[in-house]
Amino acid sequence: MWEYTDKVKEHFLNPRNVGEVENPDGAATVGSLACGDALKLTFKVDENGRIQDARFKTFGCASAIASASALTEMIKGKTVEEAATITNQDIANFLGGLPEEKMHCSVMGREALEAAIAHYRGEPGPIEEGKIICECFGVTEEEIARVVKENNLRTIEEVTNYTKAGGGCGNCHETIQEIIDRVRGEGQAVIRPKLSNIQKIKMIEETIDREIRPLLHQDGGDLELIDVVGNRVLVATRGACASCAASHLTMKQVVEAKLRELVWPELEVEEVSQ
Amino acid sequence: MNPVYLDNNATSQVAPEVLEAMLPYFHDLYGNPSSMHTFGGQVGRRVRQAREQVAALINAQPEEIIFTSCGTESDNTAIRSALATNPGKRHLVTTRVEHPAIHSLVARLAQEGYRATEVPVDADGRLNMAQYAKSLTPDTAIVSCMWANNETGVIFPVEEAAVLARNRGILFHTDAVQAVGKIPIDMRRSAIDLLSISGHKLHAPKGVGVLYVRKGTRFAPFLIGGHQEKGRRGGTENVPSLIGLGLACELAGQNLEKENTLVKSLRDKLENALLERIPRSRVNGDRLNRLPNTSNISFEFVEGEAILLRLNEFGICASSGSACTSGSLQPSHVLRAMGVPFTMAHGSIRFSLSVYNTEKEIDFVIDTLPPIIDSLRKLSPYWEVGDAICSRVEG
Repeated sequence: MWEYTDKVKEHFLNPRNVGEVENPDGAATVGSLACGDALKLTFKVDENGRIQDARFKTFGCASAIASASALTEMIKGKTVEEAATITNQDIANFLGGLPEEKMHCSVMGREALEAAIAHYRGEPGPIEEGKIICECFGVTEEEIARVVKENNLRTIEEVTNYTKAGGGCGNCHETIQEIIDRVRGEGQAVIRPKLSNIQKIKMIEETIDREIRPLLHQDGGDLELIDVVGNRVLVATRGACASCAASHLTMKQVVEAKLRELVWPELEVEEVSQ
Repeated sequence: MNPVYLDNNATSQVAPEVLEAMLPYFHDLYGNPSSMHTFGGQVGRRVRQAREQVAALINAQPEEIIFTSCGTESDNTAIRSALATNPGKRHLVTTRVEHPAIHSLVARLAQEGYRATEVPVDADGRLNMAQYAKSLTPDTAIVSCMWANNETGVIFPVEEAAVLARNRGILFHTDAVQAVGKIPIDMRRSAIDLLSISGHKLHAPKGVGVLYVRKGTRFAPFLIGGHQEKGRRGGTENVPSLIGLGLACELAGQNLEKENTLVKSLRDKLENALLERIPRSRVNGDRLNRLPNTSNISFEFVEGEAILLRLNEFGICASSGSACTSGSLQPSHVLRAMGVPFTMAHGSIRFSLSVYNTEKEIDFVIDTLPPIIDSLRKLSPYWEVGDAICSRVEG
C-alpha cells in the first residue's frame, strides 16, 4: 500500500474544482488511457490576467487525482506568469510530498499546466514534438531531459518514477542513461536541487565542520554559525580570527567561496559580532 | 470498523480452531520433533498427524508431502529439482499468466541458459491447449502450469495437460495454491508429479507451505541441511505452523462443499448485482470454469487504485490489476496476456471471498461500490453524462 500523506488522501477523497470551465481561456489534456492516467485542465483568466477559475478532470490513481486537485488550488488567483513558474516539485510539496514511484503524477500536473498556458497564449504545445525515447509510454527525449534537470535525477529508476519512461519493456534504458549522463554533465550549478531551509542549514553546518574549520584551526581560529536568513549566512569569528585584521578577506575568499561551491551558489556570508 | 474482507486470494484469516491448535506448540510443547526424548518425540507424532491431514485433502500419501516455508519455496524447489534431475534437458514449458513465483523464476532460468516456452491464453483466460501440446519437446525437462489463476480464478485443465506431459516423459508441476481447498483434488488419479500448496491461502498462517512430490519422482533438495523431511528439505520444522496447516487442510476438506455452494452463491450475487448496477462493467475470465470464490470485474474508464482506496474508506478490502497497484507501470500481466483492453485493464477489481463472508457484507458492497464508480467516472475526462467519450478525447 502506498504511503500517502493526509493531504493527498484529503484531496483524493474531496477533490477541489472538479469539472470543466465553460468557454475556457486555457485548456489542455495530457496523458492517455493506455498509460493509465490522463488530466484535462481548463482555466478562465480575468481582465487583469489572473486565473479566476480552474477546473480539472482526471482518470488515474489517488495521487493523480490529488495532484490535479492541488494544481487547480495553486493556480487560482495567480497571474498566468506566476502560474507558469510552478514546477512538479511545487505540486508535490503542496501535498506534503508524494511517494517516489508516484512523482509522475506531479509531472503530469505540470505538463497539463504548461500545455494549457501555451493554449492560452496561442503558442504551440510545449512538448508536442521530439524524438520518442520510451515507446511504451510515449515519452520524448526533451521530457526526460527536462525532468532530470529540474529534479536532479540520477538513475533510470528515478526517471521512471517521474515520467514512466522505461517502465514498460525496458528497451530504452540505455538511451535514458545517456540522457541522464548528458544532462548531468552540463553545468553542475544549473541542476542543483531546490533546498529547503532545514536542508540548507544542515549543509552549511556540515560544510563548515568538514571544509572550513580545519583550515581556520591551522591558524588557531574558529567560526560559529549564528543564523541563516534566506541566502545570508551569519557567522561570528572566534579565537585568533576574532582579532585578525584579514578576517574579512578570509570570510569572502574562503568561507563564502566554499559555501557557494558546496551548498548554494547565491549564499552571502556576513560577519556579526556575538 | 470491522473490515469486509474480500481479498482472500491475497491471504486469508487464520481459522480460530487453527490458531487454538497451534498455541500449545509455542509454549508448553516447544520440543524439537527430531529429539530422542519424549518431550520432543510427542511433537514429532503431532507433525506426522499434520502430514496425514494435508495428504488426505489432496488424496496423497503422507510421505509425498514435504513441508516448506511458503508456496514460492515449493515452486522454486519443484522446478530446480526437475532441472537438476534431468541434466541433459534445457527446456521448460509454462504459461503467460503464472504467479511471479514461477514467472520470475523462469526469467532467471532463461538468464542461466535454459529455454522457456510460455503458452498463451485466450481472451477468457483459457489455456491454448493446441499450443501447449506443440510446445512439448524431447528437450523439455518440466512443465509448470498453475491449477487456477490467482487474478481471474480461471481453472486450467491441468490433469489433461499432465497426461500429455507424462506421455512424453516430461515432469509436470502445478502451482495449486489458489485451487487447494476450493476445488476437489485427487492425486491418486492424477498424472501430476509435483504440486505446490500455500498455507495462508486456506486459513493456516503465513510462512508455511507444502510441496507434493509423487512417490518415485527423482528429487533434488533446494534447502540443504539436516535430515528433516527425510533429507528433502533441511531446517527445523516450523512446528506450530505445520500443525496449523494440518488442521486447516482438514477443515478445508469439510468446507469444500460450502465453497462450491455458499461461497459461490455469494460471489455470484455480488458479481451479478454489480454488473447490473454499473454500466460498462464486465467480468474478466471464463465464468464457467472458475474458482467459486473469485470474481475479477473491470469498470471501464476508472482506475483501480482509486476504486480500492475509496472502498478502503468503507473498510472494504479487495485488490486490483491496475498499473498503479501492480508495483509496475503496466496493468497486470494476466489481463494483458488475455488481451483485455487498456480501458478495462486499468479499472479491474478482484474480489475473492471465503467461507467467513456473510450475505450482509456482500449487500454492503453492492450498495457501496456503484456510487464510488459513479463519482470517479464524474472525475474522468473520458466520461460524460453517463457514457464514455473516449473516442472524442483520444481523437
